[in-house]
Amino acid sequence: MTELVRLGRAAPARRPARIAILGAPNSGKTTLFNALTGHRAKAGNYPGVTVDRREGDLHARFTEVPVRLIDLPGVYSLEPQSEDEAVAVRVLRGEFGEPPPDGVVVVLAATTIERALPLIVEAANLGVPLCVALTMIDELKARHGEIDVKALGAALGVPVLGVVGNRGLGIDDLGALLAASSDWAPSAALRGPAVADTPEQRFDWAYGMLERCRRKVPRTDHWTRRLDRFLLHPVLGPTVFLAFVALFFQAIFTWATPAMDLLSGLMDGLADWLLAVLPDALWTRLLADGVIRGVGAVIVFLPQIVFLFTVILFLEGCGYMARAAFVVDRLMGWAGLEGRCFLALLSSYACAVPGIMATRTIPSERDRLTTILVAPFATCSARLPVYTLLIAAFIPADPVFGPFTWQGLTLGGLYFLGTAAALVSAAIFQRGLRRGASLPFYLELPPFRLPRPSDILLGVWDRAKMFLRRAGTIILCVSIVLWFLLNLPRRAADPELGAAANQQAILEGSYAASLGRLIEPVFAPMGFDWRINVGLVASQAAREVMVSTLAQIYAHEDEAGEGLGGVLAGADERSGEPVLSRPSALALLVYFAFAMQCVSTLAVIRRETGKWRWPAFTFVYMTGLGWLGAWVTFLIATAAGA
Amino acid sequence: MDRTLAQFADSGDDRLVEIAEVTGGGPIAWRLREIGFCRGTRVRFVRRAPLGDPAMYELHGATISLRRSEARRIRVRPAVP
Repeated sequence: MTELVRLGRAAPARRPARIAILGAPNSGKTTLFNALTGHRAKAGNYPGVTVDRREGDLHARFTEVPVRLIDLPGVYSLEPQSEDEAVAVRVLRGEFGEPPPDGVVVVLAATTIERALPLIVEAANLGVPLCVALTMIDELKARHGEIDVKALGAALGVPVLGVVGNRGLGIDDLGALLAASSDWAPSAALRGPAVADTPEQRFDWAYGMLERCRRKVPRTDHWTRRLDRFLLHPVLGPTVFLAFVALFFQAIFTWATPAMDLLSGLMDGLADWLLAVLPDALWTRLLADGVIRGVGAVIVFLPQIVFLFTVILFLEGCGYMARAAFVVDRLMGWAGLEGRCFLALLSSYACAVPGIMATRTIPSERDRLTTILVAPFATCSARLPVYTLLIAAFIPADPVFGPFTWQGLTLGGLYFLGTAAALVSAAIFQRGLRRGASLPFYLELPPFRLPRPSDILLGVWDRAKMFLRRAGTIILCVSIVLWFLLNLPRRAADPELGAAANQQAILEGSYAASLGRLIEPVFAPMGFDWRINVGLVASQAAREVMVSTLAQIYAHEDEAGEGLGGVLAGADERSGEPVLSRPSALALLVYFAFAMQCVSTLAVIRRETGKWRWPAFTFVYMTGLGWLGAWVTFLIATAAGA
Repeated sequence: MDRTLAQFADSGDDRLVEIAEVTGGGPIAWRLREIGFCRGTRVRFVRRAPLGDPAMYELHGATISLRRSEARRIRVRPAVP
């Protein structure tokens, strides 16, 4: 029978062998997957970075026959309790609309093998051939631990290889082993009486195995111990953290601005050059004003994006994220959430889309839904261009204390506002939603590891590409559509007036202006005029569009060459009134902190919850709060005479 | 004399203890045992979070953070040297 099944499976020739990568969270599966396939999937030094199944072909240098590798989310056992664990188990059982894998490589971190070894027994129960990749053997040695890899292989009765995924050690051997998965023999040691049903029996079995291979438990890493004593200190820890965050926000202005000014000058120069060189036609203006100035206004924020992600990727790679979750867990508890919700919220500071996907690691349905609903409040990188533009224009750069200025503090305040909104909303939802089955929250704190600079550079490069791709697709499209809306209908130029005044007349009579005036009553309480309203409508597609739209609208008013921010903060040429008053600018900032203005986020909420009512609800309550917050801010700022 | 892991952490004692049992049953107890908090395991309390909860423990060569509400379910006794 088995023979028949085997033949049956092998019959459709050239079907690649499929090998699943199974292991505990943060055991280094994704690093190994990347090393074996040449892919660049995101790996991080905290549990739960991979939440979905990911496939890639074993790199051709290891194999002549095609081998497909499947990277799975980390599991502690094959009795799943959260969505990401369920994905792993369903793939292994062949319940994912595809046959079960032909082999499983169990990834065990040599440093924490005691807790992970029982997983092998469960994997063996599936009846799939196994092999073991023992990762982090360099770290084990550095921490004075020991294990005899050969003896472990003999004890388990399956092939075992020691590897160091991020330095490529042992990867060639592992690649060759994976290419020959048909030779893996089923293990006698993992069958029958060895299979235990209580966790106690499984651990007893694991320790029995480890005794046979001279296992010496590693000591706590020296540096981790010292850093933890400092970073998790009741007083020093939070102080250092706050100082670091404040410095980070300040640096966005003091360090990234020169690079941004340079880019901004380049874009303006390019647009002016095109207008001068090309014939004065409609499409020249579309290219120069719509595309170069519009999209360019967003692209100039590339230095800020690069800086933000360098910091985020370093923190993720070194292991600080799990510590941050540990430190604020009490606060999350007050909001009715647990630490895994915090990790999902944390990734939302880059972008809410992966943040919402990361909620799959949350076992409780109710906690997961709450986290999905509040994650878009986290200050994502798309808000950064809008914040930076408005803060640089309206907030004085006067020093407050040491290197910190009002600008940096305002930016920090906006991040705080988003975070507070997320936590308060979570607390409200958790009281409103039905209580689900509760499961223990535990978090493994990995040792600190120094991320390789090349990993960070590659990660930042990927994020920069993503930012530019967004600028080149969604923002480009919206900019072009807006250009037409801002420049149509055409009207005959009045020879009495100059070119700028004629352009102004077209703008004032454009379709976009009519649209902006139509919704004026909605935003009149905050003092937004039709131009800001057009920006607000357009930025429903993506928040950065606000910047590109304003850049288009004010393209011809920048005669002093002071940039978009300067125009916004200056006075209107004809009326002499400010283009945007400071209370209105503050109101706009608060609106962006709260309002839901992202189509991709709404789409991912629909996908992850499976219902339309949750994206609809998120849109209504967040945008409502944005409007209310903006109005209150405007009132307070006006009263305070800002 | 048995105490709960939470009481033990409250006393700030960082000597090794051994887990006697996980009380309460149900999926919570099962998962706690699965991740390593099971009878016979030696645990060391490391530190409490700056806000008082959760606490860090060392067991099976790993460092794990656990909230007080869960640590209360775990009964410990002094480890036999």
